[in-house]
Amino acid sequence: MMKSIFPTAKRNARAEHPSKGARAAGFGHVAMVLGAALACAALGATAGEEEPTLSLKIRNHQFYPAELEIPAGEKRMLIIENQDATVEEFESHSLHREKIVPPLSKTNLYIGPLKPGRYEFIGEYNDATAKGVVVAK
Amino acid sequence: MLNAALIVFRETLEAALIIGIVAAATRQIPRRGLWISLGVVLGLGGAVVIASLAGEIGQWANGMGHDLFNAGVLAVAVVMLAWHNIWMAGHGRQLASDARNLGSSAAKGELAISAVTVAVALTVLREGSETVLFFFGIFAGAQVTVLSLAEGAALGLLGGAIAGVLIYRGLMRIPVRHFFTVTAWLLLFVAAGMAAQLAQILIQADLLPPIVQPLWDTSSLVPPDSSLGTLLHALVGYEAQPSATQVVFAGLVIVGVFVASRRARRSH
Repeated sequence: MMKSIFPTAKRNARAEHPSKGARAAGFGHVAMVLGAALACAALGATAGEEEPTLSLKIRNHQFYPAELEIPAGEKRMLIIENQDATVEEFESHSLHREKIVPPLSKTNLYIGPLKPGRYEFIGEYNDATAKGVVVAK
Repeated sequence: MLNAALIVFRETLEAALIIGIVAAATRQIPRRGLWISLGVVLGLGGAVVIASLAGEIGQWANGMGHDLFNAGVLAVAVVMLAWHNIWMAGHGRQLASDARNLGSSAAKGELAISAVTVAVALTVLREGSETVLFFFGIFAGAQVTVLSLAEGAALGLLGGAIAGVLIYRGLMRIPVRHFFTVTAWLLLFVAAGMAAQLAQILIQADLLPPIVQPLWDTSSLVPPDSSLGTLLHALVGYEAQPSATQVVFAGLVIVGVFVASRRARRSH
């Protein structure tokens, strides 16, 4: 995935390079970036990959397990399952992640690669009880 | 109740500030209040629809549905704000001088503001759908009474609205000769901040790599969860530890709009 992104982005950038007219130029610049990004999005969405994952459950506004381990320098898909009837938002400033988890449903996101250390996360809607930490070793 | 108020306030703040800036930036466009209100109403309607479908959207694209949806919403909002800024650079002065005879340029002004309507609607939709979802859950769980919930929501909305009015009033005090320069730059930074958020969403969905994470770290100077950090994040997309990918996205929007605006200004 990482390798395929940049050639695509460059191709799109060249193909959509603005030529005439100020308005066209404005659209061109913005559309160039966004077009490349969405092209990558489309590619990524169809790419099925086999890889180890991490699991996290939300129950009674708490995370289980409250501590997740990830090998330092590696990327993992994190599967979050919300077993509560209320919405939660997985949020971590140190991990740079923010993702809504609707009631009684699952969502996925990627974390890493991380330097060794502890990365705290919270459930934004219940930050008094929903707390956890990702430990990169 | 206070918890509900805080959550509604946090979710409303970003949309309210953007609406405040947009309302000021479009001051010489006729019927701007109507266009902006239309954006808010469309956004709120959309928020309820999206919140009802949240469980399903979440399942799309291997659990990345929300990220893809938000990325699409942000992408369109960035394009709309960018286009409006470039258009204003070319036509702003002309529009100000012709404002009284409501001629063809005023009609074009309505085209430019319809782009803003879309941007406002999408911002309200994105922030609003999470708030609506939060309330759905509370109703389902019946943890609090409807009255105290409504009080909380009203308090939070009021707080957000006050923030929006404050930034609008503040901007309107700027002398006219600097006014459009200031609002244009503010809107440009709002768009750039959205582009950086877009990059972050694509990174967490593993559709873009985080190059150099973080590029810099100002979390000890302005912590991202402090009041100032939250305000700056809502206003200009402040990130304490951005990746180079985010900075590149924001930078391309700023440079692209800046260059296109200069050209637009010269050609008019």
